[in-house]
Formats: sequence, structure tokens, C-alpha cells
Amino acid sequence: MAFIGRGLNRPSSRDSAPGPRFVVFAILSIVCMYYDQRDSWISSLRYYLQGAVYPIQRLVASPQVLWHWGSELVETREALRAENAALKRQERELSITALRFAALEHENAQLRALSQAMPPLVTRTQVAEVVSVQLNPLKQRLLVNKGGRDGAYTGQTVLDARGLLGQLVRVGPWSAEVILITDPEHAVPVQVVRNGLRSIAVGAGNSGELLLPYLPVNSDVKPGDLLVTSGLGGIFPAGYPVAVVTGIKRDPVLLLAQVRARPLATLERDHEVMVVWFDPKHSAAPAAAAQSDTLPQVTLGAPVDPASAEGSPEGSPDAEEAR
Amino acid sequence: MSLAAPRESRLLVYVTALVALMLTLLPLPTWLGLIRPPFLVLVILYWSTMTPRAGGIFIGFLGGLMLDVLQGTHLGQHALALSFVTYLAVRLHLLTRAKPMFEQSLFALGALLLHEAVLWAIDGWSGHPINSFTRWLPALTGAALWPVVVGLLGRTHSPR
Repeated sequence: MAFIGRGLNRPSSRDSAPGPRFVVFAILSIVCMYYDQRDSWISSLRYYLQGAVYPIQRLVASPQVLWHWGSELVETREALRAENAALKRQERELSITALRFAALEHENAQLRALSQAMPPLVTRTQVAEVVSVQLNPLKQRLLVNKGGRDGAYTGQTVLDARGLLGQLVRVGPWSAEVILITDPEHAVPVQVVRNGLRSIAVGAGNSGELLLPYLPVNSDVKPGDLLVTSGLGGIFPAGYPVAVVTGIKRDPVLLLAQVRARPLATLERDHEVMVVWFDPKHSAAPAAAAQSDTLPQVTLGAPVDPASAEGSPEGSPDAEEAR
Repeated sequence: MSLAAPRESRLLVYVTALVALMLTLLPLPTWLGLIRPPFLVLVILYWSTMTPRAGGIFIGFLGGLMLDVLQGTHLGQHALALSFVTYLAVRLHLLTRAKPMFEQSLFALGALLLHEAVLWAIDGWSGHPINSFTRWLPALTGAALWPVVVGLLGRTHSPR
């Protein structure tokens, strides 16, 4: 078809030879993709581009934010009072639990024959606002308003008040993308609290469901079992609640049971989430040495290196665990 | 073949592309999100067909790069797909733009499917294959939207 264009359209094709130009941009795209797969300097390019598009994302989300703000403004006094009472009750219950928790932690430390009680696992938390939400069967992501300028890094744990929410996948200067635990590309190593059984919970692509596809038919799980993070995999610290088992299908023909679970975090309703920093010296902190799941440099049983745990943002950009 | 003043129309191209980009980000219910037309691709196709000097491969590349960053795909994936269809649109603009609206929509459908096919191929090669048929739906709605795009954007610049 090219000869038609060349013959009839002298004036407009004079300075815009599209062929060579396309070749240049095609090569540029392919080079970008090549290096993006191998996480190198291109990740800093993406970092700045992400900063550049953040105003657009903010602008698109602004009507929602405005509506939310407005509805908060006109909330009635009674509603506020009821909420306040509920929160006070909750706070009382939590503080009672916490009293017991302190004693338990002390006891635990003694049992582990440590000279003193553990330092707190969480060293710093930061509340991040949800800017936009993407929930569809292929992608379950959030955009939050904290980024590299706030010290956030790729692979960082994100929680809400009820449980594990996900981790940061792409960090920009002022924003970061959270991959939710229900994203079909996400998998989280979990453990049944009742008996310590370990498995992996994979996202099902809808915000109310996780799947545990790797449990044998005869494994000991029951509906109602609480699943917490097991601390394996090097991303999430151990012991955070993830989900409750809702259903098990044991088909004797298949080798594996089909286990479903409901995430505890309110994935689709959160306005604010918590980005968490951990003390890498704590025993429940994610093992930094096992951070990379593809390279053979994993040294099993090696002591946790605090420096590499802190400096991991550049080290492990591919935090999604491929299925 | 008098084109609109290049500088002015280039600004117009960027502004409309930005609006299209925002429409791509607009939060929608899940079912509507699945058939959300690729607004940015449509707008860039329009400009590359109607004023190939103002639109063009650079805008396709830039818009694709923005899509990559916003949608978390491989950097360069949308850029390659979009600069490819922009190239075709610029190459074939004399063939397509004089056609009746229905045939133009068919060309748009072809371009959108081709765009998606490039994305699909790259997804497959990079080891994240997404083979559900729903990924092809936006091409259909996009082609159905083509007359609207022509109607709206046609008002923003002087007729050729």
C-alpha cells in the first residue's frame, strides 16, 4: 500500500518518512522491554515516569476523593457519636488483649532462651491513602500516595487493620502500586495456625477469595482455620493474619485438595492502608537472604543480614512470585 | 491537502491524548471496565489518519510509554504496539480517511485487533500469557466508538 501514499501525497509525506521513524521507535521499545525484564537502569526511568504520571492519576481520582471528603463533612452528629462509642469499645478490648500479649511475648522470649525480650518487630508504619483501585479478574491492584520519597521500597509489606493486604510492586517518587494478595499473579506463603501446616495461598482474581492449590487431599485443614504468613519466601514477616479457610473440596481422584479461603483484609473497601517497616534483626522478620526466587545465590540457613534487608529496594524488584 | 497549522494542531493532539489517557484511568465497575474502549489508541489513530504530520509515530510511542507506566506492563510493550499501529495509520491514511464511516470503523477494528495482538504476543513471550477472550472485547467496543471519535474530534479542527 505504500506506493499509493508516496504517489499521491507529496506535500504531507515530505518530511515525515514514517518507515525509518517507526524502526527507530520499535527498536527503542524493544530495548526498553529487554532491560525491563532484567531490572537495571530502566527501573529508575520507570521511577521517574511514574512520578510524571502521578498528577494525572491524582486528577482522575479527585472526584472520588472530593465525594468522600464531602460525605465525611455532612456526616451527622449521631453517626459520629455512635462511631466514637464503637471505637472506644474496640480500643478497650484491644488494650486488654495487648496486656495479655505483652506477658505472652515475654514468656515466648524466655522459652527461646533469650536474655531479654524481643525488640518490637515493626519499627515504623506509615498510613497511605488509596488513590485509585483496580479490581478485575486479571489485576487486583491499588495505587497509594506514598512512594520512594517516603522511604517505601519494592516488596514492602502492606497491611490494613484486619490483616495482610499485599505488597508494593512498583514504587514511584510519590506513589506506589500495591499488588493485592488476591491478584492472580500473587502468591503468599501461609501457615495454618492450628497445626502449623504450611502452604501457599494464590490470588483468585476476585477480592473475596484466595486459593490453596498445593495441599494434598489428606492434609489437615478445616473450614474456619486461620491462615497466617509463614515468613518463608523472604517478603512477608511471619505471623500476620491472611485469611480464613472457607471451603475444602476433596476429590479422591485428584492428588490435591481444593481449598478456598476468604482474606481478612477488607481489600475492596479500604481508603487507607498501612505500609510497614520491620526490624530485620527480629526473628519473625522476612529472611532477606531468600529474597530472590530465581537466582542461585540463596544461601540457606545464612544469618539474616540487616544491611541487605534495608537495602533490598534495588535488589528484588520482581517481588511477585510467579506461579 | 492543506493541514491545520502544525503547532496549533500539535497542541490539540497532546491535549486530546491527555483526555483520552484520563478516560483510560477512570474507575469503572468491573463489567464496564472489561469492555472499556482503548480511548488513547482511538485518539492517536484519529490524528495519525487525519493529520499525519501532527499526530504520528512519536506520539504513539509516548502515549504507549505512558500506558505502560500506568498499567504496570513491561516498559515498551504498549509503546511498541501503539507505534506500530500509528505507523500503519500514517502509511495508509490516504486509503482509509476517504472511506465511508462504516469502512473506517472496520479499519479501526483491524488496527485495534493488531494492537492487542502485539500486546498478546509480548505477554506470551515474556512468560505472562493472558489468553482469556475478554482481552479482545475492547477492540470491538473501540471500533464501535470510532464514528463518535471522528464526530467529536472532527469539530476541534478546521475541515481539510
